[in-house]
Amino acid sequence: MANEQTENVTCRINGIEVTVPRGTRIIEAAEQAGIGIAHYCYHPGLSAPAMCRMCLVEIEGVPKLQPACVSTVAEGNNILTESERARESRKGTLEFYLINHPLDCPVCDKSGECRLQDFVHAEGPKHGRLRDAKVIFGQDDFGGNILYDGDRCIMCTRCVRFMREVAQDDLLGVVQRGHRSVIDTFFEQGLDDSPFHTNIVDICPVGALLDKDFLHKARVWDLDHAPSICPNCSQGCNIRIDTRDNLVQRLRPRANPDVNSYWMCDYGRHSYEWMNGTDRIEAPLVRDGERLVAQNWQPAMLALLDRLKQRAGSVRIVGSPMLSNEDNGLLARLGSLLGAAAPVYRSARAEDEVVLPGFPKLARRRELAANGRGLSALGFERVGDDRAQGGLTSADVLIVLGDELADLPADFGRDASLFVYLGHRLHPAARNAHFVLPVSTFAEQEGTFTNFEGRVQRFWPALQPPPLARPAWQVLGVLLAGLDDGPAPADAANAFLRVGSFFEPFAGLTYEMIGTRGALMNEPVAIGAGGGD
Amino acid sequence: MAYPYKHERETRVLTEAFGDPAARTIEGWKKYGGYEALRQALGMAPNDVIEVVKASGLRGRGGAGFPTGVKWSFMPRDDSRQPHYLLINADESEPGAFKDRELLRWTPHQVIEGALIGAHAIRAKHVYIYMRGEFFEPAQIVGRAIEEAYEAGFAGPDMMGSGIGIDITLHLGAGAYICGEETGLMNSLEGRRGQPRIKPPFPAVMGAFSRPTTINNVETVSAVPHIMRRGAEWYRSIGTEKSPGTKLFNVSGHVVRRGNYELPLGFPMKDLIYDVCGGIRDGRELKAVIPGGSSVPILAASECDINLDYESVAAAGSMLGTASVIVMDDRTDIVKAVRRMVEFYSHESCGQCTPCREGTEWTAKIMRRIEAGEGTADDLDTLLEVGRNMTGTTICVLSDSCAAPVASSIAKFRDEYMARIRREVPAGALTV
Ligand SMILES: Cc1cc2nc3c(=O)[nH]c(=O)nc-3n(C[C@H](O)[C@H](O)[C@H](O)COP(=O)(O)O)c2cc1C
Ligand code: SF4
Ligand code: SF4
Ligand code: SF4
Ligand code: FES
Repeated sequence: MANEQTENVTCRINGIEVTVPRGTRIIEAAEQAGIGIAHYCYHPGLSAPAMCRMCLVEIEGVPKLQPACVSTVAEGNNILTESERARESRKGTLEFYLINHPLDCPVCDKSGECRLQDFVHAEGPKHGRLRDAKVIFGQDDFGGNILYDGDRCIMCTRCVRFMREVAQDDLLGVVQRGHRSVIDTFFEQGLDDSPFHTNIVDICPVGALLDKDFLHKARVWDLDHAPSICPNCSQGCNIRIDTRDNLVQRLRPRANPDVNSYWMCDYGRHSYEWMNGTDRIEAPLVRDGERLVAQNWQPAMLALLDRLKQRAGSVRIVGSPMLSNEDNGLLARLGSLLGAAAPVYRSARAEDEVVLPGFPKLARRRELAANGRGLSALGFERVGDDRAQGGLTSADVLIVLGDELADLPADFGRDASLFVYLGHRLHPAARNAHFVLPVSTFAEQEGTFTNFEGRVQRFWPALQPPPLARPAWQVLGVLLAGLDDGPAPADAANAFLRVGSFFEPFAGLTYEMIGTRGALMNEPVAIGAGGGD
Repeated sequence: MAYPYKHERETRVLTEAFGDPAARTIEGWKKYGGYEALRQALGMAPNDVIEVVKASGLRGRGGAGFPTGVKWSFMPRDDSRQPHYLLINADESEPGAFKDRELLRWTPHQVIEGALIGAHAIRAKHVYIYMRGEFFEPAQIVGRAIEEAYEAGFAGPDMMGSGIGIDITLHLGAGAYICGEETGLMNSLEGRRGQPRIKPPFPAVMGAFSRPTTINNVETVSAVPHIMRRGAEWYRSIGTEKSPGTKLFNVSGHVVRRGNYELPLGFPMKDLIYDVCGGIRDGRELKAVIPGGSSVPILAASECDINLDYESVAAAGSMLGTASVIVMDDRTDIVKAVRRMVEFYSHESCGQCTPCREGTEWTAKIMRRIEAGEGTADDLDTLLEVGRNMTGTTICVLSDSCAAPVASSIAKFRDEYMARIRREVPAGALTV
């Protein structure tokens, strides 16, 4: 049996020789040879119904064209995706799609990332020959986040299969038959309570399923994309942040079989407005009596270094699970240089996990922040309650990174001899700081998060920070250099190496090793064994 | 004219009891030799039963004409732990086809006996008779017959003291043509949408309820008891070498006597029309024949001098299919007739495959337009090309079946289409 599974077969696809394990589907073997085969109904995360008939290819010696999405390669196959017959078949199928499909492209949310648009442009018929009236279905509100445009639907059933196989919440079905087929919910039972359903918008190959949140917000070709990590829970779903005008317009999952497959939860997807906040700290502020006075970085940092060198009494460090390993790592290092007690952080926790049944490795974890696990590896202790409130006390020297202190009384930290606040927004308690330093959010910088299972994952900058905001690792790196703790790191990769040199769990890891799929830190925990979620 | 009408040139094997209501009961059926063949088969090893059917050359009567014994031999032989199923396809709904319902109505025990023999041959312990929901009367009759067969110990555990137990369930569908396609039938039986499945896996490997399954037509299994009783040689002595046995020809259209006629395969089509069926109604001329149900290419009158067996009809460019012969006289409006068929396929397409879902209705739209006098000469090219794109590109052959009558009618009756397009024919309303 083991032999059978590992046995390889060799075939040729468009003349290119490919060797793949027996049982590999043609579409996947072609992918390995760098040949893309047009398809709609096939999706690597779902079962394949072979119904769109776009992927038909010619196999020499086989009379009928075969669907590449379900047919497996056999030894010696000579497969042609560009033969006359295969091309004609695709062209014919595209013409069938265009019979009823309204060319709404100028107003369609999918335009620019629509597979129908792409394929028709590539090899569709020049003109449609339909002279008769199109079928009109109109739009339907599916509840939840979804609007359905029946006229644009190409009946690939990806959405139905996602709900059945992955969400395992059979809320969608095909009703009617033949050309009258449409996707529908069961009477009034919409998608409202299904926590992963917005994934169907991503996998819909055309503009038939629309996310109400993104509706008419932007043309997709106007968006910039940055690979990132969802910051909204400790699962660490790989995502893409789509921005325009320096504002996040939407979050979309990025495939990573080790973490989130092709999916992400709706909670994470739609929790991004905070990244667009406008009430940001614009410049370093230094206390002068009762006032905070804006200053340039250099004088502010020199003054702060001075104060740090003269500090007296106990030191308390507060970190943030919404910020990177680099930021918090250098903060923890600063704490230990200053002789502080164990650093602390606060984070919100949900009551339960929300598991994706078809890919149970993915859950909206209890910890509603990306980096709690990273912080515990850096020696931080979690304080406060499940709403991320309470648990903080003042100290002689107080250094706070990222925590907005929103729940704390207006006089919090007033009795400290030195209160340094590195953050994004100025809530009343933070106004008591002697130094207020504007730092960038995770979305505005490069860095890493450590997810619940100890996987260190990289993210890239998606937004421009306010002009004077700096990544916290940069600010802290300069402070450490000022305290004669080595040179300030030049970039995030360097900062990460520095963190690794201080903290064993990250030792030996580099950005190259982490790559786009992440790497486990040195003390991972088994899934389900806890670990800060 | 008594019903059902019988003609002296018929070779009545399966239809011997047609017209005798008593044959619907077990006692009545025994007078025709009922259940002897089952007793005989239960005393034989399953493989030996298969060998007899193989030797008889019986071919499936559901349309494709695949040899039944060979089909049975595809079922796994060694694994007795895993349940197998025999499904009897009683969904008949191809336009023009009405033979299975008559077998079910007149000879329910013949169907049951054949099914039990088949089940024994393929080692199935359960037979499902999947019947179209609209067959209200046949369902009553077959349901009662199944009860009787259980009471008599011919079905159920330890049949006729043989130690072999086989159950029979009658399952009523909701009435969809696509549930007659074998894998669509399996889905429907399992309570899912009636949609054909992709092959492979083939039913004999993974069929109903993910188990090895054989699907047979009602007429196919009805022939089995006779073959068992009288032997493969006897069966081969009827019909032609490659198409042995008798076949029910269900003739509709413009003949004097429409109906079911059991004739040896290879029977001349002209004799069927002019002799058995009494010729064309009202003394009209023959214009065209669809020999095998609406899914096969149409034959012009000049092409009808052929024998009705699988090979001869194929040689003439059509198919014997279910031998549902649709006869059309010289007053037939071919465009309208084909438009009606196309509308049927469009209505019954399950909607999975794009070429079928979209192509059937597009074809119907063009046909309607041509019929209404709004067509253009380009439309015929479009119809042909759309049909080509619908052929061989889908999961099942419903799509091909829709394209076939269109292409063959344009090839053979182009003038009639052109007359519509040139508005030489009054358009009129789109009537049934
Ligand atoms: C669209 C479609 C509809 C069909 N409907 C029927 C039917 O109603 N009855 C039937 O016996 N076979 C029908 N068939 C053929 C079956 O798929 C299958 O070939 C047959 O039941 C096998 O039985 P046989 O080997 O005894 O002929 C249909 C096939 C197609 C493609
Ligand atoms: S789904 Fe695609 S082809 Fe259709 S209107 Fe939208 S962008 Fe255009
Ligand atoms: S709504 Fe989109 S995903 Fe669903 S069947 Fe239609 S085209 Fe496919
Ligand atoms: S060809 Fe038509 S009826 Fe057959 S599976 Fe495809 S869509 Fe359904
Ligand atoms: S991708 Fe193969 S048929 Fe749809």
